[in-house]
Amino acid sequence: MLSKRNPQLNKNGELIHLLSTEGLSRDILTHILDTASSFVSVNDREVKKVPLLRGKSVFNLFFENSTRTRTTFEIAAKRLSADVINLDIARSSAAKGESLLDTIANLSAMAADIFVVRHGESGAPYLIAQHVAPHVHVVNAGDGRHAHPTQGLLDMYTIRHYKKDFTQLTVAVVGDVLHSRVARSDIHALTTLGCPEVRVVGPRTLVPADMREMGVRVFHDLEEGIRGCDVVIMLRLQNERMSGALLPSSQEYFKSFGLTPQKLQLAKPDAIVMHPGPINRGVEIDSAVVDGAQSVILPQVTFGIAVRMAVMSIVAGNEA
Amino acid sequence: MNMAKSGALVLDAEALYAELRGAVQPLVAAGARLVGVTSGGAWLAERMHQDLGLSGKPGVISSVMHRDDFARRGLASGGAQTLLPFEVEGADILLLDDVLYTGRTIRAVLNELFDYGRPARVRLAVLVDRGGRELPVAADIAAARIALSADQSLALARDASGAFSFQVEGA
Repeated sequence: MLSKRNPQLNKNGELIHLLSTEGLSRDILTHILDTASSFVSVNDREVKKVPLLRGKSVFNLFFENSTRTRTTFEIAAKRLSADVINLDIARSSAAKGESLLDTIANLSAMAADIFVVRHGESGAPYLIAQHVAPHVHVVNAGDGRHAHPTQGLLDMYTIRHYKKDFTQLTVAVVGDVLHSRVARSDIHALTTLGCPEVRVVGPRTLVPADMREMGVRVFHDLEEGIRGCDVVIMLRLQNERMSGALLPSSQEYFKSFGLTPQKLQLAKPDAIVMHPGPINRGVEIDSAVVDGAQSVILPQVTFGIAVRMAVMSIVAGNEA
Repeated sequence: MNMAKSGALVLDAEALYAELRGAVQPLVAAGARLVGVTSGGAWLAERMHQDLGLSGKPGVISSVMHRDDFARRGLASGGAQTLLPFEVEGADILLLDDVLYTGRTIRAVLNELFDYGRPARVRLAVLVDRGGRELPVAADIAAARIALSADQSLALARDASGAFSFQVEGA
């Protein structure tokens, strides 16, 4: 049975699905990060595989396109020795009119153990989690504007790797916060992990009104927003999710909110720059910053594999 | 104070450690590399490495990635990760553990070890072989061989000064 209070946890408070970083305790978040660190070294082995998910099937269900996230989940599942089935649902049964739950019922009949779900609608992974058998686990790989918990966790892993401790940090999340499920997942996780100052920086049209209720400081000026920061998380300008005229043009946007080496100097000298990718060079971030010494964008990708291994192996070991 | 008592059973962990160290020394002198099984065995390896005046660091190996009870118990948290600061391929390896019981940890550890390369030889030295094997695994060296029942648990502890003691719990 799913816990009524939090559908991600079983009655013993163990993680059975990963749907959002919201509502996960500091202990659970820390356990995931600690477990991920034990998987980072799998890369150093002669045999780059561990048998924890041997005999299990991971179904990658991407109702929305994504290459990077799908690939990192696939690599993570394969390093855990799972069989991986990639379904490009966007182009198959859903297009023929099958309902989401019928699709899940069919795939469950093919003996799926873990569903990795990306969906354009917020909440779709919750719906799936409520309808799968007790031994089946759901990992949210991004739902609408709501959450992208594995990205949030890999961001936390990256921050912890470089900064060691959350309790002294000022972290700025910059850009298109309105459309960003990454921003929400990051903010929940940072707050839970004890980060004392989380800032959100962006134009008024791209920062939702409820942000202050999440306990963050809101800035509409990049220079002000990143001044003195330890960590700057840049968000991608999500043109494909924008309806109407939220922005004048991407050149205008770069002028006001693009992170350049000059602006980055306002952050602490040892500040790190992160980005969930894909990057729009010259739109939200200058090439010189992407390729600069403070950028940890590529390590984020590498850590993402270990974090996804941790999440899948933790949920797979817990029964509903 | 390093005595653990359970009925008639008395295990002096420090005395057993001294005996084990004496038996291990010639193997190390002949080129064997120490690898401690987390967590008790890693403590042993760390101290023995120091007491024998060896250079560098001993290896640490974890059974977590290869445990056969993952499906039932999930992923164990905590404990050190595998860290083998030498080339495993072709090495003469001496695994150290505090207690040998079912043999399942050693089975998992052997799998873990072979993920790093093909050692020339692997031997096992333990403080206590407590019987109750469920797999064909044997210790090459055991400082003590005793028989404990399945409802008893035996674990090595290390105090702040680094001294070892055994804790026996249960009937």
